[in-house]
Amino acid sequence: MSDDRAVFAEGVVKKFGEVVALDGMDLTVERGQVVGLLGPNGAGKTTMVRILSTLLAPTEGFARVAGFDVVKEPDEVRRAIGLTGQYAAVDEYLTGRENLRMFGDLYHLEPKYVKRRSQELLDSFDLSEAADRPVRTYSGGMRRRLDLASSLIARPSILFLDEPTTGLDPRSRLGMWAVIESLVAEGTTVLLTTQYLEEADQLAQDIVVIDHGRVIAHGTAEALKDQIGGDRIEVTVVNLGQAGAAAEVLRSVSTGEPAIEEGRVSAPVSGGSTVLVTAIRALDVAGIEVSDLLLRRPTLDDVFMSLTGHAAEDAQPVPAKRGRKGRQS
Amino acid sequence: MSTVAPVRSRPIVGWAVHDGLVVARRNLIQSIRVPESLFFSLVQPVIFVLLFAYVFGGAIPIPGDGANAEDAANAYRNYLMPGIFGQTVAFAAAASTVGIAEDMRKGLIDRFRALPMAHGAVLIGRTFADAGRQILVLAVLSLTGLIVGWRISGGVLNAIYAYLLLLLFAYTVSWVGSTIGLSMPNPETASTAGLAWLFPLTFLSNAFVPISSMPDWLQAFAAFNPVSTLVLSTRELFGNPTGIQPDYWPMQHPEAYTVLACAVIIAIFATLSVRKFGRTTSK
Repeated sequence: MSDDRAVFAEGVVKKFGEVVALDGMDLTVERGQVVGLLGPNGAGKTTMVRILSTLLAPTEGFARVAGFDVVKEPDEVRRAIGLTGQYAAVDEYLTGRENLRMFGDLYHLEPKYVKRRSQELLDSFDLSEAADRPVRTYSGGMRRRLDLASSLIARPSILFLDEPTTGLDPRSRLGMWAVIESLVAEGTTVLLTTQYLEEADQLAQDIVVIDHGRVIAHGTAEALKDQIGGDRIEVTVVNLGQAGAAAEVLRSVSTGEPAIEEGRVSAPVSGGSTVLVTAIRALDVAGIEVSDLLLRRPTLDDVFMSLTGHAAEDAQPVPAKRGRKGRQS
Repeated sequence: MSTVAPVRSRPIVGWAVHDGLVVARRNLIQSIRVPESLFFSLVQPVIFVLLFAYVFGGAIPIPGDGANAEDAANAYRNYLMPGIFGQTVAFAAAASTVGIAEDMRKGLIDRFRALPMAHGAVLIGRTFADAGRQILVLAVLSLTGLIVGWRISGGVLNAIYAYLLLLLFAYTVSWVGSTIGLSMPNPETASTAGLAWLFPLTFLSNAFVPISSMPDWLQAFAAFNPVSTLVLSTRELFGNPTGIQPDYWPMQHPEAYTVLACAVIIAIFATLSVRKFGRTTSK
């Protein structure tokens, strides 16, 4: 194979009428790597995954997956990938086992193999007890696990996970993470989209931050955190009205602009714990009542804030879209 | 991953039919798991038979048959049954419209489209299953007909031919219904839109009243309506009264016209829907 990269996309543009969903996306995923595509709603994450999984054709630019062109060789791409979307794409009325059998048959796999592989997946995804019950009796977490199992029936070498934990409760989310981590340990290449910074941090070695259909930053979680400066000091004020004053005080000790979120003020600092002492004194002198004060490593939230000027969870006002685009991001 | 999943050899029927049957099996399992929907798809045509047989029975005269009132009512029942058959199989299209729209909402369409399966298999499966369900519907309907006095008097082979034509027509309208379903924003709209065109299609035909009783301009439309030729064919094949046919080619060659019309409609709508399917994502 001439192209050994799992995913290689260059200058991908996707327009839906007037709306530009992707505005020149570049993306490379090496084999065996886990890459997190991180961005707020409407940033273009889902559109990118749909182009890479052959569901949408790009308006401009090109993309290769497993060495095959997504527009010219869609069937070769489809044989190499597994796709798990934002909602569980399994049949409600079929049982878990029947779903797996259907997808295995549609991958044109040997019936005997499908049977064995289905059992294997049901066991490892903790679904063997519910295997012969219709899916509509499943919980949300079980559906997502079955959905993921369905995309693994043919042992794809590349897996696209589009917001795999959106809408799951915290316990189910941890369960999904464990499953994804074990896949990665087996050597599967994963491209994962998420709007949860925590999730990208937890699962991905390499993070691509996108906003308005473009890549705005790229690197490991650590590198991205370093990019916006080292540690951060975070102060929670008792009286919301004093947040502004606290920001003024922190400006004198910080290396960058303080950010205010409700009663919490944070600012990048260097110099470790001595800064903390200085800050406490200054706050005391200014008569600001503090309920909490800490020094921490920056989170990806901070990264996002400093890169885009808005928090990651903020739903961006998206231009009016027609029905079918409504739920994409 | 180190191991590669083994792929089976190409089945004799080809991948498109294989994949279509896999999807059809799934659609039929759905019908079994939701017995209510199957039950009501059987109840509706049965109610139609009873309403038409006893409410309109004596009121609509069938030219050429029935000397007294009771004979006339009997003649109408025999005239009516093929009409109900035709109407019922035409309404199979509505199930396809809703079924496809539901698949799109659930995101299943995305998964199917990201599989290396045959193009159009989802649609082939949908139309196979929706036409296949009509076998059961026709059986129940035939029993109801026999109870109210309908009789087959054209021989077994002709009767089988009639049932096959009805199933062919069900399969044909399923393609039309699927194409409509692919254009619908949600299943709710689909269930309305899926029915809207079926009422004029089935009532502007000879299903319930003889074409000769319609105004001239309507007669021309009704004569070329494949529902009319389907119903006329089944009336002839079942040995039921047909009424007097206006002088249009389809009315003189109903079986040939029905098969031809089905072939043309399938060719058009299969092309349209497979193309549309290739560009559809979940909603």
